[in-house]
Amino acid sequence: MGELLAGNSIYRNVYIWVEGLLPTGWQWVAYFVAGFTIMFLLLNAFLVLTMVYTYMERRVLGRFQGRLGPNRVGPFGILQPVADAIKLLTKEDIVPAVADRWVFNLAPVVFFVPTVLVLGVVPFGQNSFLADLNVGILYVLALSSVSTLAVFMAGWASANRFALFGSMRAVATLISYELPVLLSMGGVLMLVGSMSLVRIVEGQRIPFLLLQPLAFLVFLAGISAELNRAPFDMVEAESELVSGFNTEYSGMKYGLFALAEFGNVLVAGAIMSVVFLKGWEGPVLPSHLWFLLKVFFFAFIFVWVRATLPRLRIDQMMGFAWKFLFPLSLVNLVVTGAEVAVWPEATTAQLWVMAVINWVVAIVGVVVFSRLVRQRPTQPEVRVFSSAAPSGAR
Amino acid sequence: MPLRTEPITINLGPQHPSTHGVFRLRVTFDGEVIQDVEPVFGYLHRGSEKLAEERTYTQVITLTDRLDYVASMTSNQAYVIACEKLTGIHPPERGLYLRVIAAELQRVASHLVAIGFFLQDLGAFATPLMYCFRERERILDLFEMLCGARITLSYMRIGGVFQDAPEEFWPALRRFLDEMPGYADELDALLSENEVVVARTRGIGVLPADLLINASATGPVLRASGVAWDLRKKDPYDVYDRLEFDVVTASRSDNYDRYYVRLQEIRQALRILEQCYRDIPEGPVRATLSNLVRPPVGEAYGRVESPKGELGYYLVSDGSISPYRCRVRSPSLINLTLLRELLMGWKLADLVVSFGSIDINMGEVDR
Repeated sequence: MGELLAGNSIYRNVYIWVEGLLPTGWQWVAYFVAGFTIMFLLLNAFLVLTMVYTYMERRVLGRFQGRLGPNRVGPFGILQPVADAIKLLTKEDIVPAVADRWVFNLAPVVFFVPTVLVLGVVPFGQNSFLADLNVGILYVLALSSVSTLAVFMAGWASANRFALFGSMRAVATLISYELPVLLSMGGVLMLVGSMSLVRIVEGQRIPFLLLQPLAFLVFLAGISAELNRAPFDMVEAESELVSGFNTEYSGMKYGLFALAEFGNVLVAGAIMSVVFLKGWEGPVLPSHLWFLLKVFFFAFIFVWVRATLPRLRIDQMMGFAWKFLFPLSLVNLVVTGAEVAVWPEATTAQLWVMAVINWVVAIVGVVVFSRLVRQRPTQPEVRVFSSAAPSGAR
Repeated sequence: MPLRTEPITINLGPQHPSTHGVFRLRVTFDGEVIQDVEPVFGYLHRGSEKLAEERTYTQVITLTDRLDYVASMTSNQAYVIACEKLTGIHPPERGLYLRVIAAELQRVASHLVAIGFFLQDLGAFATPLMYCFRERERILDLFEMLCGARITLSYMRIGGVFQDAPEEFWPALRRFLDEMPGYADELDALLSENEVVVARTRGIGVLPADLLINASATGPVLRASGVAWDLRKKDPYDVYDRLEFDVVTASRSDNYDRYYVRLQEIRQALRILEQCYRDIPEGPVRATLSNLVRPPVGEAYGRVESPKGELGYYLVSDGSISPYRCRVRSPSLINLTLLRELLMGWKLADLVVSFGSIDINMGEVDR
């Protein structure tokens, strides 16, 4: 409890305010009131932002594809997410007769809950967080793995072979991509010396996007695979697996999957802006606004990639994780470790030197290791353009 | 402890997003690897060939629209050429040129659809598809000027075309010809060097030339293997013997080559259109015929190079006003006969891509 009250957080302010209203001996109520207030705020803000994000994704994708996107419901179509939610809620909820009913019903919840739980440690503004956990990053990464369990539950319980294929791919993906994601965080943790997300923000004298380019690259690629985003959207793979693991789901159970998937993009954006872009810190604008801007900046990158790249094949995706991301994250870990050993208490000037070294390492590493994953045929490419005169009618 | 594994059989379709219509594949997988493929046809069978026996020669044209519904013009063309061979009618020059213009526009449109859905099968989330459809839309607008319809066109008639192109058609065609090369370059720049596209299509779904010839495959599928077989050159019909264009071939016969041949054929089609636009003579567009075409007893085979391959109509006449037998040689079906060789041993993700690279149309497969 002591940690919760540390600093000048919103939690502490609410706690003090509520405590003042309570008679002595009833202070424990204040903990609950403060906790629930912030959870309520967080959850609702998260749901609203997810709706905003679904609208944004569809409009931006529309722009990329030379079409309008949703524009019928409300001005500029901004009420489209509401219409979608109403539709999902009123749809018939079908459970296949052969499905494993308990697991089938549990899977969407298991998929959705980790997303919300991660929010508990994210500092979404100055002094604004539910808990400043000292194992923050570990907690986030551990929770992000739980959703794969839910995907497998959904695929297995649906008794649908497309769903089973999707969930098998999900398990394979997680095993491959969890490692580089974890290792890419290693460099950051060494530089900061703490796993707490708040400390990571405060410890960034220059954004880690500049200081740790390789870690950022690996994390971005790895997290898109874990979020089932293009070009790694193996798990759903519409053109192959119909809808993948959630093929058999309908109504609000499907809605929970969709909500969690879109929400996960925001959560990933939040983690990345905390770890790589100094979180809430920024000039002029209020800290919460800065944080939102950074989150949506990363969300935009995800949409951009989705609009641009085709999907990789499952074996190419595995190869990409093991032959490209994994060695790169190791390289980053070693180089950063050496730098931290040389300059344990680096000044800002020394940090800039580190950044230059890291950029050189990053560029060389990407060029070298991209040759490993590239599968180009060895024989030369010959194109024949015959321009023979017409041979005449036979 | 050794893990017990067993193959898993999946029904892909008839309602699967990547089967381009109602096509069903019963596929046996070992993990992700395809062990066995069994295609199931016939979900879109409408008895078009039998229906043709109940209609007059002119009425059959509307049936041909509904075979390959993304390339109705070439379907029309093959049928009316067969009819003209049967009756000995010679269409006027301007009619022939208009046919070639319509057919080449259709080729561009059909290849755009093929490329768009090929990329869609690769998992590119609709972006290339939308770009392709944006251009196709303009071709459909041109068709609307020609005959009032956009998909089921029925533009061609025995002895020429339905009507002369209206005044506004020519400036619209000019604008299209000016802008389309840029769009083709844009597609090329977006897709041809794309690392993921190359990784997913190069060296996958290879079909050797001898196998293709044995299966009598035609069209871009055959030309991608290096065989320069194009009916527009080998058996010129309409005015193709007067036009200058190249037969595009590629050497490796994989999924990438089939895509790339289509992209290059769009450029060749634009070359043909330029020449037609320049050379088209004045005059009537249709030979004057009696209302009911009554060909002499006999038989004829008319064939064209449709966007998908050799499309042929074999007509038998017993001297009455409707064909005694109408048989369609549909390239989609015949190119599909190599499906097993194309897919065996590849992975699930390659299945949809290879299948898409053949560019079939279920309306034509099942007839």
